[in-house]
Amino acid sequence: MRILSLAGRRLAASIPTLVLILIGVFLLLQFAPGDTVDAMMAQMGGGDAATARELRRFYGLDLSVPAQLGNYLWRLIRLDLGFSSIYGKPVATVILERLPPTILLMTASLSFAFFFGLVFGVIAARQFNKWPDTLISTLGLIFYATPSFWFGLMAIVVFSIYLQWLPAGGFEDIGAVQSGVFRILDIARHLILPTLTLGLIFLAIYLRIMRASMLEVLNLDFVRTARAKGLDETRVVTRHVLRNAMLPMVTLIGLQAGTMLGGSVVVESVFSLPGLGRLAYESVIQRDLNTLLGIVFVSALLVIVVNFIVDLLYARLDPRISMEG
Amino acid sequence: MDAIKRYVRSPAAVLGLVLLLGIIAMAISAGHVYPRDPLALAGRPLIWPFSNPRFLLGTDNSGRDIAAQIFYGARISLLIGGAATLIAIAIGILVGALAGFYGGWVDTVLMRITEAFQTLPNFVLLLVLVAVFGSTLTTVTIAVGVVSWPAPARLTRAEFLSLRNREFVQAGRTLGMKDAQLILGEILPNALPPVIVYASVVMAVAILLESALAFLRLSDPNVASWGNLIGLGRDVLRVQWYVSAIPGIAILVTVLAVSLVGQGLNDALNPRLRGR
Repeated sequence: MRILSLAGRRLAASIPTLVLILIGVFLLLQFAPGDTVDAMMAQMGGGDAATARELRRFYGLDLSVPAQLGNYLWRLIRLDLGFSSIYGKPVATVILERLPPTILLMTASLSFAFFFGLVFGVIAARQFNKWPDTLISTLGLIFYATPSFWFGLMAIVVFSIYLQWLPAGGFEDIGAVQSGVFRILDIARHLILPTLTLGLIFLAIYLRIMRASMLEVLNLDFVRTARAKGLDETRVVTRHVLRNAMLPMVTLIGLQAGTMLGGSVVVESVFSLPGLGRLAYESVIQRDLNTLLGIVFVSALLVIVVNFIVDLLYARLDPRISMEG
Repeated sequence: MDAIKRYVRSPAAVLGLVLLLGIIAMAISAGHVYPRDPLALAGRPLIWPFSNPRFLLGTDNSGRDIAAQIFYGARISLLIGGAATLIAIAIGILVGALAGFYGGWVDTVLMRITEAFQTLPNFVLLLVLVAVFGSTLTTVTIAVGVVSWPAPARLTRAEFLSLRNREFVQAGRTLGMKDAQLILGEILPNALPPVIVYASVVMAVAILLESALAFLRLSDPNVASWGNLIGLGRDVLRVQWYVSAIPGIAILVTVLAVSLVGQGLNDALNPRLRGR
């Protein structure tokens, strides 16, 4: 219960941040060339100035900037993100449709990066300065330097074009209407390459952090005690070291949530996944500023939620946190 | 001197330095090796690498020399990466120094803003900035710098917090030094080394961000950039995959070189942390 209230307080503290972001980006978008009505007029194939004026009044765009901002924030409280003239739907609907692929992709990449980062980090630390350590650390450096979109393209060349093992893009086969388990398997097949592509750089970061943190914890007194008790090395690592060494990795999940969401913009474009990231890209290209602002709001919200979950996880792993209160 | 000796002793750090110098040499010599416009048509489109001695790395979809674009691309990557890093570090030091030195409400306000920048995914903010201000070389560079400053700011703030009550600062205070003198003359020189080492991380990320933007065709289309070329090569990925593959390797090597140099500097300046 204490943990929950602690994390809840941090969640409440992030509301001003969210408001700050919205005000900042809203004001920023005022400088953008063209507004929603311009985009709509272009969509309709042009129109006269009277229609434009009429539309601007209808959407409240003829008001002063502070009044518009107030209106926007007031609508946000009622979870109304405005209307996307490009998609002809409320922005909230458009975003909700695009959210599942992104969340799926992020969860999969995070699990992949976390699990293998942990395993490789432990192996590297256990074999400190021997060849497995050198190999893993070198691979980590190279993965870190690899541009994700390029890795994605090369993976498509190898696995989709030459070997023809995996699909080159899309979220599922549109041709075959499937249901149940087959549909899940189909989606999973489509997500393998995007997951690897997005997860690669995080794998590199996690394994480096895990290795450093393992080396640190392995030298602490309680590990020596555990060894002195006669525990075998595997027991020492799994029961004593791992839990403590994992703490920096868990912190990193929260810090990297935003980066991962940003990375999915690129990855979703490479693999033409109908996700939030691709929507962000499309709304920039199509000048759909209402949708762009909505995406800013939702992605900031997503980062805050991830951090909330990380807080809970952290408190479970390290009881000292909730004691300090 | 000791630090230089320690740096040279690490093979990885030396390799990074050699690679980086090589890329800088490419950037400087681009105009001499390929005096013609790298974006001008040079020959038949889609010549495979190593098949025509005139185009060592082949040509792209519209018959432009890939090798020339790689040389000129080095200029763009280093220019945008370097300038964006300078901007990010400058803003970061300013914000971090003020927040760490004054504390109190200044700290609260500045850290709230930093938090806001960190909560918003940096690539999404980059998209917003490009959507608003357009995608010329200058705006892209500034935009990449503007999304990269929070981490250096936090680092500078932490350094200032740990330094601001040390004896030498208090001595300065009793001597009647002004705040600006204390910040610039006393604390900053001591706070700078870790921030400079961190600049290599900022630069590596800045180069990756710019190339991703260029790949999405949201960066300046009128310059030869590696990311642009990868985006172009995507259209012919099925058969002529080398158009995308070659500039990607260039980006990889550049980012790797920058990270290796940064790590080497870090190890050389903090010998206690070696091997971590």
